Amino acid sequence: MSQFTFPSPPPSPEAEVLRTEIRAFLATELKDRAPIDRAQSWNGLDPAFSRRLGEQGWLGLTWPKAYGGQERSALERYVLLEELLAAGAPVGAHWIAERQSGPSLLRFGTEAQKAAILPRIAAGECFFCIGMSEPDSGSDLASVRTKAVREGDGWRVNGTKLWTTNATHCHYMILFCRTAPLDREHRHAGTSQFVVDLSLPGITIRPIRNLVGEHHFNEVVFEDVLLPEDALLGREGEGWAQVTGELAYERSGPERFLSSFWLLVELVRALQPVADARTEIALGRLGAQLITLRRMSRSVAGLLQAGADPALEAAMVKDLGALVEQEIPEIARDLVAEGPPTPQSRTFAEVLAYTTLHAPSFSLRGGTREILRGIIARGLGLR
Amino acid sequence: MMEAHTDLQADDAGAMLRETADRLLADRLTPQARARSAAGEWPDELWAALDEVGLPAAILPEEAGGFGVPVADALSLLTVAGSHALQLPLADTMLAGLVLARAGIEVPAGPLAVAQGCEARLDPAGRATGHAWGVPWGRHARAVVVLADGPGGPVLVALPQAALTVEPGADIAGDPSDTVRFEAVAAPSAPAPPSAACLRAAGAATRALMIAGALGAVSTMTAGYARERRQFGRAIGQFQAVQQNLAVLAGQAASAAAAAGLAAEAVAAWGPGLLPAVAAAKVRTGEAAGQAAAIAHQVHGAIGFTQEHRLHHYTRRLWAWRDAFGREAEWAQVLGRHLIAAGPDGLWPAITAA
Ligand SMILES: Cc1cc2nc3c(=O)[nH]c(=O)nc-3n(C[C@H](O)[C@H](O)[C@H](O)COP(=O)(O)OP(=O)(O)OC[C@H]3O[C@@H](n4cnc5c(N)ncnc54)[C@H](O)[C@@H]3O)c2cc1C
Repeated sequence: MSQFTFPSPPPSPEAEVLRTEIRAFLATELKDRAPIDRAQSWNGLDPAFSRRLGEQGWLGLTWPKAYGGQERSALERYVLLEELLAAGAPVGAHWIAERQSGPSLLRFGTEAQKAAILPRIAAGECFFCIGMSEPDSGSDLASVRTKAVREGDGWRVNGTKLWTTNATHCHYMILFCRTAPLDREHRHAGTSQFVVDLSLPGITIRPIRNLVGEHHFNEVVFEDVLLPEDALLGREGEGWAQVTGELAYERSGPERFLSSFWLLVELVRALQPVADARTEIALGRLGAQLITLRRMSRSVAGLLQAGADPALEAAMVKDLGALVEQEIPEIARDLVAEGPPTPQSRTFAEVLAYTTLHAPSFSLRGGTREILRGIIARGLGLR
Repeated sequence: MMEAHTDLQADDAGAMLRETADRLLADRLTPQARARSAAGEWPDELWAALDEVGLPAAILPEEAGGFGVPVADALSLLTVAGSHALQLPLADTMLAGLVLARAGIEVPAGPLAVAQGCEARLDPAGRATGHAWGVPWGRHARAVVVLADGPGGPVLVALPQAALTVEPGADIAGDPSDTVRFEAVAAPSAPAPPSAACLRAAGAATRALMIAGALGAVSTMTAGYARERRQFGRAIGQFQAVQQNLAVLAGQAASAAAAAGLAAEAVAAWGPGLLPAVAAAKVRTGEAAGQAAAIAHQVHGAIGFTQEHRLHHYTRRLWAWRDAFGREAEWAQVLGRHLIAAGPDGLWPAITAA
């Protein structure tokens, strides 16, 4: 294959109805939310807000009703996500659980796992983190050393996970680790996934501060942690296939191009009432990127809806999206001259600083730019 | 059920048309045909072949000689044209046909053009005087469509070939882009034309679609070359630096295709969303064209810089099409102004509406 097709997103009138409902809901919910908080995008974390979304039936929108879902389409869910992000809603608490842990459980979980956990995610009461990276395993995920060894009716886990976002706020981690020794010929074999209750003895979570001093990610150490047999997610030894299956969900969503969106809102505010030609052109270029990415991301939602596996398309959305997210602060600072401080200029400066400081992570988290391009190159038949 | 059925038919019609066009161009757009056309000859037979399978008329409503293909599907033919770097005014003929039919003016047979710019007025007796420039394939067009100032406001005028004085010019690809002059020419006109901006947008949309098609072909061709060309004992596509560039090229091609789809749908809908959507599409495809052409040439090395190699048929047209009917800066300004006017609260709704 050497061309990627993003089919036209199918029209979804239901999604547009939903959009109106969500906008009305958010207008009241978020009316007092400050710009600097909105700028946090999906880093913003508020379990109470997640619960209120759950009450609305807006978490796990596409899941079966039996597990707390609404059996609505991926396109409706797409609209919900983009509206939440564009408004700067604090979605961080449930984001990972709803985006990828829940869908993984749906695909690979046992009936008991699904029945026990999914309705709680849908209610906004149960949060998940991703246990993939380790101190010596970043891009090269297959090299993980954390291991689970069979013991009695369960598993004994030892190792260290790193960069685990929100671990201190989560109930569960989906742990990716070795269940058989590394075979250099088949590096992806012998890995498995587990649903780990983070309250188990032997698990220590240590905060790690990011460059701004905030605490989002963590180190999670496993010391002789005993997992019950039913903690295994899916099949033993199938961890790699399962984890890569998650990536289309992890990489294609609107959070991959809207992380800096609130800065764009503040930029437009700062440019009122009129702007010069240079500014209009710069803004138009960003707008064109976002409008195009929306279409690509909706296209991927359509593919997911149709049961396809758009992992390559997702990698592409994320690669292009991160470029725009990182361009926004660079362009914003170029278009607004520093003047004497006013309350409004202070707000703009704050949001600009926040976004600039977080921008480097956009092309690291969820797979680095170089790794994504490698995946695309493989899709082109080059490796 | 009914609805799903019609959709399916429409889809089929679009796919069938694209396949027909693809096969025909693959067969007939030979290096010899290209060379003749580059030498200034009008490739009569090739045009007749396109006409015979109904490509130029596919966009017209049935009353105007079309066969009921949805407009967005008919426009998707232009991605096929782009994927062959077609050097014939299919886009222009479709565009002129579409706007003339919509304005209720009879669509002349044969190749047609819409001027990219003009200064013209229509006197009360319905005669047009002025000049138009940037007329694609103007010397071969049976009629050139312009917007003229009429006694009661702008009017759409279809100037017949016989009444035009042509000053030949060329775009960066060497394809005709002429100036035409006309003096007191009696011509069919319509009093309720699309606005100048909408007409230009429709033209820009045709170029966005051709760029998208060309980029798909360029991406395929370049990745293919990288798999075959060997240096240092291996295919150059095995070098990571080359792979990363090709991934960027593929990304730009995919992004351009998405943007072009947006433009096609906006032209089909012909509503208030036309300008922002086409603006986004022309900016995005124009940017993609520049980046992709640069990478394609880099990967192809010296052979890609020769007249013999077919790469330049594509890259020179990418550079021509990104200029035609408004460059990125022009359309970015249209979109940027629209978004700034929407204000901080209206920004997101303006983006989702495009
Ligand atoms: C904000 C944030 C949140 C995160 N949250 C989580 C989380 O919740 N759970 C989790 O498991 N992980 C998380 N991560 C970790 C993330 O997945 C890794 O940062 C990422 O996979 C890259 O790994 P690394 O940081 O070790 O960099 P490395 O893999 O060491 O890469 C360093 C540099 O080398 C380049 N490089 C590496 N290999 C190659 C190659 N083969 N070819 C070319 N270039 C290469 C990379 O592209 C990068 O530029 C998070 C990271 C960030 C920044």
